[in-house]
Amino acid sequence: MTITKRKKPVNWGLMVMMLPGSLALFAFSILPMFGIFIAFKNIDYEKGIFGSDWAGFDNFQFFMTTPDAWTITFNTIAYNVVFIIIGTACALAVALGLEGLRARKATRFYQAVMFLPYFLSWVVISNLVFALLSVDQGVLNLQVMKPLGQPEIMWYQRPELWPFILTFANLWKYVGYTSVIYLAAMMSIDPGFIEAASLEGATRLQIVRRIILPLIANVVVIMVLLQVGRIFFSDFGLFYNVTLNMGSLFPTTQTIDTYVYRTLMNMGDIGMSSAAGLYQSVVGCVVVILANVVVKRIDPDKSLF
Amino acid sequence: MKSFKKIEPPTILKHSLFVFLCALCIYPLLLVLGISFSDELEIARNGFSIFPTKISTRAYEFLFTSADTVIRAYLLTIFVTIIGTILSTMMIAMFAYPLSRKDFGPRKVFNGAIVLTLLFSGGLIPWFIVCVNILHINDTILALILPYLMSPWYVVIMRTFFKSSIPDSIIESAKMDGAGELRIFFRIVIQLAAPGMATIALFNTIVYWNDYWINMTLINDPNLFNLQFLMYRVQANIQYLSANAGNLGTAAAEVARNLPSRSAQMAMTVIAIGPIVLAYPFFQRFFVQGITIGSLKE
Repeated sequence: MTITKRKKPVNWGLMVMMLPGSLALFAFSILPMFGIFIAFKNIDYEKGIFGSDWAGFDNFQFFMTTPDAWTITFNTIAYNVVFIIIGTACALAVALGLEGLRARKATRFYQAVMFLPYFLSWVVISNLVFALLSVDQGVLNLQVMKPLGQPEIMWYQRPELWPFILTFANLWKYVGYTSVIYLAAMMSIDPGFIEAASLEGATRLQIVRRIILPLIANVVVIMVLLQVGRIFFSDFGLFYNVTLNMGSLFPTTQTIDTYVYRTLMNMGDIGMSSAAGLYQSVVGCVVVILANVVVKRIDPDKSLF
Repeated sequence: MKSFKKIEPPTILKHSLFVFLCALCIYPLLLVLGISFSDELEIARNGFSIFPTKISTRAYEFLFTSADTVIRAYLLTIFVTIIGTILSTMMIAMFAYPLSRKDFGPRKVFNGAIVLTLLFSGGLIPWFIVCVNILHINDTILALILPYLMSPWYVVIMRTFFKSSIPDSIIESAKMDGAGELRIFFRIVIQLAAPGMATIALFNTIVYWNDYWINMTLINDPNLFNLQFLMYRVQANIQYLSANAGNLGTAAAEVARNLPSRSAQMAMTVIAIGPIVLAYPFFQRFFVQGITIGSLKE
């Protein structure tokens, strides 16, 4: 194949096709990037955004000296680490279990049912969780704790319980989805490998450890790295709606995203809120780039750039 | 084969494990369904139950008769979901297709823009200011549609789809026959990439149907409240009233008694999940195929 290197005329047909998308991308993704200067301003409504005085790094200094800065950073990262580890383990376990079942129809049915929660919004899920955890009417208090003779638990007043509740809610929503991807990867393994191994007398555990897991390792690593790239971001609805926006739960459920939202909407503090937002964007960007470097080493086709 | 079977846990045990996991996924939905058909007094007396002791359809009657906001929100959500899905799917496809063409010179610039938006975002406040102070779309129906039109991730997935499903030779021969780029795209490319388009359309449908973020940031006008946001508001209001029940005057307490209560809250949840669950058997297999191809193919 020889490629002639002569300058091609602009393909206007294709350019026209890209126009609407380019406009939307510019308006809602690119244009806001120029707005990061707001974090360096001391916003005064009288003077407007551009007329307000420059504040240098004051907003960041204020933000960093609040105890919130550490709490929300810790919460965001810790939840993500837990979600990544437990989520991946559960999705792999489910996918392996389904792969081992040789009943095709049943597998498809189980998969479909476990996939369903993925389509529900966090508001919906917050109502489901409330039906279970409500103090006076909830199923857990009235139908589990009461018959066991245990005192009722004030679920929404006990921040120490929420790391577990939120982890469970997150698993409930996403494990089905992730396991579909892992199962697909397992299905693409040449069945001859597994057949041959079992003819040789390999146990199921050996097959899983020596054949299946190594062969889908790439897919797993890529999926994990995609999540690692988002480690500085949190699922707003999970932390805001599922907790019913309860102030008593903030210590263990406040993340960077809920903090930015609450500081803007409830306190109207643009300086602090945009400082926290920019902090998230910059560190988040560095993490994505690092994750991408690793992805590129493993599978160049999957890298972003 | 024989030795393989012996070591495996009995099949029945595995099946019961998966039946249990499926029950875990379905139970909360049935619970909410049960509560929505429960009598309000029974809820107050016995708490939530999956099997209502006394079946009542009052919650649904309330939602669809005395509260016209619910019907309006429902229609608005359906409208926004349909228009938004069509527009965004077309725009994403039309943006992604040129990027998949090796002979398209400027694709590097546009690819760069996509990567940039995947890497970095201005954050909530600059986005908010662009929407409110530059585009002035707050409190308009446009706010519910425009911000979700382009999603860089879906562009990447769609580009992959086009790369793997459209042979260069087809485009070349169509060009030989004198077809223009737009004609080639609408007559040939879209049809060849139909599974990919359908997957992206489903993703977009879910994005629009489940969204309440726009309502939480850009909408104050109650006429523009969508279903999810209304559900959130009902939940928050009941929360507020029950927390402050002691402090309310008699007039406020009277209002509180007539407000949608727990059964109505759960009935709204059922209404919001309903279309997804009903359509689910039809699209789920398609969707599974879609994400499988999208995530595995290079």
